[in-house]
Amino acid sequence: MSASQIIFYIIAAIIIGGGILAVTSRKIFRAAVFLLFSLLGIAALYFYLNYEFIAAVQIVVYVGGIVVLIIFSIFLTHASGDEMKKPVLWRSVFAGLAAVFATALTFLYITEHNFVANSAASVSPSVRNIGLQMLSTTEHGYILPFEVVSMLLLAALIGCIVIAIKIKTKE
Amino acid sequence: MNEIGLTQILFVSTALFFIGVYGFLTRKNMITMLMSIELLLNSVNINFIAFNKYLYADKLVGLFFTVFIITIAAAEAAVAIAIIIHLYRKLKSIDVDDTDIMKF
Repeated sequence: MSASQIIFYIIAAIIIGGGILAVTSRKIFRAAVFLLFSLLGIAALYFYLNYEFIAAVQIVVYVGGIVVLIIFSIFLTHASGDEMKKPVLWRSVFAGLAAVFATALTFLYITEHNFVANSAASVSPSVRNIGLQMLSTTEHGYILPFEVVSMLLLAALIGCIVIAIKIKTKE
Repeated sequence: MNEIGLTQILFVSTALFFIGVYGFLTRKNMITMLMSIELLLNSVNINFIAFNKYLYADKLVGLFFTVFIITIAAAEAAVAIAIIIHLYRKLKSIDVDDTDIMKF
């Protein structure tokens, strides 16, 4: 086994182990911390594949943003040391069976399928190439989705404020 | 099995996706269900990046899909948490079994 493979299997173990503990841990705060490890493992996988920009975005948005938001909402809505109720036995058994069989079936199809790589010259996923293509107005530019997503973010921002605002009732 | 290829990465993302499905089906707490959804979205992102790297290295399409998915996931998480906090103020609980005020 080469060093590259060992690193990949360590990253995969962090991702899968963090994911499993995040969905099975009975303490909600611990579940959030395990989710954090899983997301960091995914960022490490992007670094492993040489997609540095996506890895940086993953760390900034998920680890720095969403997980912190989740932890704050846990503090606002729970006594964070409490244990959650145990899931009903038949539900976890059937959900586990469904997940295991679906995973096995998908593994089977992945191993059977013969992926054909495109042999054209590769483009480096550098920040320069990403930025140029993101804001280009030519055929393969992404300026329109970029602007649409900015509107979506503005709508989400206003929507969050409107939903979560506390209305004072008159005494 | 001697070099890391597309297949190994797809195994990881498939396993992560169905872990997320399992969590979504068994959890009763809204915040933990939201965490399962984040796992699902992340496994899809891994797929996009892996396909972009190993099959279509001449374009950046998968990378742009990943960027937009991350953006929309952030917006979705923020709105979901706003809704959860509002429900908690109203019902003093974020259990999905207690959230039946839209029934009539």
